[in-house]
Amino acid sequence: MKENAVLEMRNIHKSFPGVRALHQVDFTLCEGEIHALMGENGAGKSTLIKVLTGVYEKDEGEIYLKGSEKPVSIKSPQDAQNLGISTVYQEITLCPNLTVAENMYIGRGKSGLTNWRKMNADADRILTNLGIPARATQQLSDCSIAIQQMVAIARAVDMDCKVLILDEPTSSLDESEVEKLFGLMRDLKARGVGIIFVTHFLDQVYEVCDKITVLRDGELVGEYVIEDLPRVKLVAKMLGKELNDMEEIKDENQVYKGPEERVFEAEGLQSDAGIRPFDFYIRKGEVNGFTGLLGSGRSECVRAIFAADKVIAGRVKKNGKPVKIAKPLDAMKNGIAYLPEDRKRDGIVGDLSVRDNIILAAQVLRGFFRPFSRAEANRFADEYIKLLEIKTASADTPIKSLSGGNQQKVILARWLLTHPEYLILDEPTRGIDIGTKIEIQKLVLKLASEGMSVTFISSETDEMLRTCSRLIVMRDRKVVGELSSDELTQSKVMETIAGGNVG
Amino acid sequence: MTEKKRAAASGGMAGLFRNQIFIPIAALLLLAAFNLIVDPSFFKITLGTNSEGYSVLTGNLMTILDYGSEVAILAIGMTLVTAASGGQDISVGATVAIAGSVILRILVGLGGDGTLQAPIIVAFLAACVVSMLFGAFNGVLVAIFKIQPMVATLILYTAGRSIAAWINNNELPIVTDKTFTYFGGFIPGLPVPTPFFLAVVCVVITMLVLKFTNLGLYTQAVGINASSSRLNGLNPTFIKWLSFVILGLCVAVVGLIKTSRLSTINYSVIAKDIEMDAILAVALGGNALSGGKFNIPASILGAYVIQFLTTTLYKFQVSSDALPAYKAVVVVLLVVISAPAVKEKMAALSKKMKTQKEVG
Amino acid sequence: MAKLKLAGVSAPSSKKMTDSNLLLLITVVIFVVMYAGAMIFLQKGFLKPQTFFNIMNANAALIVTSCGMSLVMITGGIDISVGGVVALVSMCCAVYLDYAGGNVFVSLLIALAIGLAFGAVQGYLVAYLDIQPFIVSLAGMFFARGMTTIVHTAPFNVENEAFVALKGTRITVPGMGTVNRLGKYVDAYVEIGVIVAILVVILLFFVLKWTRMGRGFYAVGGNRQSALMLGINVKRTRFMAHLLCGLLAGIGGYIYFLHVGSGSASHASGMEMNAIASSIIGGTLLTGGVGNIFGTLVGVLSLSTIQNIVSSIGLDQAWWTGITVAAMLCLFLIIQSVILSRRH
Repeated sequence: MKENAVLEMRNIHKSFPGVRALHQVDFTLCEGEIHALMGENGAGKSTLIKVLTGVYEKDEGEIYLKGSEKPVSIKSPQDAQNLGISTVYQEITLCPNLTVAENMYIGRGKSGLTNWRKMNADADRILTNLGIPARATQQLSDCSIAIQQMVAIARAVDMDCKVLILDEPTSSLDESEVEKLFGLMRDLKARGVGIIFVTHFLDQVYEVCDKITVLRDGELVGEYVIEDLPRVKLVAKMLGKELNDMEEIKDENQVYKGPEERVFEAEGLQSDAGIRPFDFYIRKGEVNGFTGLLGSGRSECVRAIFAADKVIAGRVKKNGKPVKIAKPLDAMKNGIAYLPEDRKRDGIVGDLSVRDNIILAAQVLRGFFRPFSRAEANRFADEYIKLLEIKTASADTPIKSLSGGNQQKVILARWLLTHPEYLILDEPTRGIDIGTKIEIQKLVLKLASEGMSVTFISSETDEMLRTCSRLIVMRDRKVVGELSSDELTQSKVMETIAGGNVG
Repeated sequence: MTEKKRAAASGGMAGLFRNQIFIPIAALLLLAAFNLIVDPSFFKITLGTNSEGYSVLTGNLMTILDYGSEVAILAIGMTLVTAASGGQDISVGATVAIAGSVILRILVGLGGDGTLQAPIIVAFLAACVVSMLFGAFNGVLVAIFKIQPMVATLILYTAGRSIAAWINNNELPIVTDKTFTYFGGFIPGLPVPTPFFLAVVCVVITMLVLKFTNLGLYTQAVGINASSSRLNGLNPTFIKWLSFVILGLCVAVVGLIKTSRLSTINYSVIAKDIEMDAILAVALGGNALSGGKFNIPASILGAYVIQFLTTTLYKFQVSSDALPAYKAVVVVLLVVISAPAVKEKMAALSKKMKTQKEVG
Repeated sequence: MAKLKLAGVSAPSSKKMTDSNLLLLITVVIFVVMYAGAMIFLQKGFLKPQTFFNIMNANAALIVTSCGMSLVMITGGIDISVGGVVALVSMCCAVYLDYAGGNVFVSLLIALAIGLAFGAVQGYLVAYLDIQPFIVSLAGMFFARGMTTIVHTAPFNVENEAFVALKGTRITVPGMGTVNRLGKYVDAYVEIGVIVAILVVILLFFVLKWTRMGRGFYAVGGNRQSALMLGINVKRTRFMAHLLCGLLAGIGGYIYFLHVGSGSASHASGMEMNAIASSIIGGTLLTGGVGNIFGTLVGVLSLSTIQNIVSSIGLDQAWWTGITVAAMLCLFLIIQSVILSRRH
């Protein structure tokens, strides 16, 4: 084993039926380093993590930990835990029905009995130390998602781990919370813990990491010291090609030049998801966006427009005429389409074929008694598979076996097939690879140039700056500003989000 | 063999295995072969005269066609309920008792002398309405209150037979009119039992509905991902509820057949354990009991296979009370074979054997 | 460790009851109100302590099986085979005692073995092969019922002397007796089964509250995936829940057998339903993760009290029992569904 390495994974292989997920992957983690594990979706990051944490069993290869000559065998998350490998996942992996303290201590230690008093006292001490505003005896489901994530981290930290795995822990945290997490990571690093950090956010990698290991298509591309690998090169390594169209995708010639009447207008719109009433409009051929921190209410706004949440107040107009939108079907009938934020939960219908997933919305609009013929359905499916370059074995393949990016394209195809006048895209590029991201951004601009109105939401500000011509800024569940033309700069957006322009 | 060729070959095999209808067909062939070996006379069909003096076909196969049709009719509704709600309705036996009780109450009435007080069609329609109402009740619990289907229907499973008895004040009305016996027996001049024709009618109607409406697509979408379906303009609550109401309609038809067979009713025995057969039919049809995609023809074939099994067991002198024990074994075998965990292990095993062969 | 303060994260919400406690409270209040109501308005037997003990005597078996049911339900499963297992246990023990002239102790072992066998097989299918518990135990129920008639078809009373003596054993409850019409003081009593049932309740309360396994039940029921990630052996936990449920069905079966003293294929019909209803009324959540074993005890008592009330106000036709239980279950399911959807 290498000097001061805490973990070495050698020659790891793992395949699933029909898929080779990992092939000859090596990974080394040293004491006191924060090591980014990068790669596009399907590159094998999650599989590698899951092999390490015992969720999957590897087909081949060895895992060495510091202090053991022989390779260790990790057959379950419990084994991993006992070996000093702690993990914090993107989704909350705690039990909502137990108390905060129990969530921190359950499944650990050897004792067969629970000492509630000691456990609660210990938990409270750690929570205070880390500054997490939760009580040990609180039921976990009463905490916000961010706090639940923090509790998961507190648990991992308290386990005295040698290896801490953070698998996209920041996607549900806002900026200040991310900063706190980074502080905590640096602190642990100083204590000699090796940290594996998986994230899609490049900024975060460069802010906090020491080394980067890049995977692509289940194989190891290489291990790099952060200083030696500038962003452009990192992206190139991840994609396996040099990328030149990262920066400018806005083509000045590709702008809608027709009449600019307001396609959709809302006044005092409010849903039961806890947002303040807001006014909104979008013009024909315009791309606008809602921006703000996570939890600022940007998704809730578009959900209110589509009536995905229950609308409790407000008036809406479509092409100047007042209309009533009380449920998603009403919105669809008014030519509105909505690509939801949570693809897995709200987007795909997993077991259905790509074809059925594509025609679903159009079919619902057409009506219960008028199904598409088989031939029609196939024609639509083939058309959009070709148009959006969806990589699928056939139109009969269940959508769940596609990669994230391709699933997203299918959902996009579904809504394009309804020929909407107004398309809402809520985080269409989240969790999908950079190549597809750019394709989707280009497509949005193309659609707009053809006269479609698009609302685009993304966590990545530069992506929004590249696509939108007007940004609605949200903070604390209300609209706090609107930016357009030359106000559209990174710094101005940040300033507005932070509240710099108020007072 | 090259990598590609092998993949194609295994794909072909897997394709056959993956085809849902393969499971019931295989089970049917297995049972048929077993009977053929043990006693070929099992398959004998004779044209005889029944007690009413009509010439009718008799034999084990006719029994299967006759009683299997009841299960087949229920299997249609059960498949939809399973697909939409991811659970099963275990109250069908009890609601068949209710439907039958309603038919008799309207046909004969309390303290009646057995002559018809109302046309059969009126009694049947009333039974349809009542069992659809009970289906709707189950549907409300499942779709609106989000209670697991099997627990929600456990309520009627327990109370249903009591309600049936209560409808006729625990009397056992007897219908003397001959036409009433047609539905569970034979129509004069037709040598094939009527339930089979009723099943054919139900199946044809179902297939037409599936062909000319989006019921199939909507039900599957809701069963697989309700949240996503809602955002595509569907109403998952309504579709789940609807599946229970449709099952209620199927129950009414079976109620008619069952009461017609006896011209009366026995509240605690009528359609006993039929829920087991209906669920078994759905499972044997290769439909996932956790909902989602479905295949009605496979379920219907599954229903007749179940009856084939029942008839075979009867032939081996198994008493009707002991029957469930054997069927339970079949259920367990079925679910074990189709369990993903088992499939994975089998796949891994066959892979290992293949590589061993290649090495050796 | 460095002190880190998290700004911008909202403060903990005001003190809230856990789901378990809230549901338990509802049940206890309803039971107390019901029993007090019966004492005031119906009087009849309800004022006599022995009426309460009779409810206990008649339902000791149900208490034990319901406890098993609660365990499984807390892990997010269900076991509807318990009624069938109780019937099978009674029949097997009866046949063994009378036809094979066996002794009482061995018959008890038979009961435990049957329960464990059902629990182990069903637990294996559910936990390790990941088959829906409802389907597995539905098959279990039909298997048990079918086997009962295969073992012996006609119902009969057991005449084994040692057994009859054990069956007649009464344990006096001091200070609870009443003076009868003849002016003679009659002691209040409970049967052996009641003592066993109470021990089971206490033991399980301990297991659920303090042991690693017990907490594992809650974690697995709360979120199976999370429990796995938290280092709990989910498969073994689910297996143990079903195994224990089977074992308790075996014990419950023997208590039932001891109470009725006969074997019959129609014994304990609908008992699974009563057990599920008791658990749910006692605040065990169908979706798993929430439940309390004392709640289950109160659930059984509530259920049998309402049945007593229904029959003592003159609705004593057989069908009213089924309808009452069903209505009660329906009511509580809806209450749970409404309360929990409001809270979350």
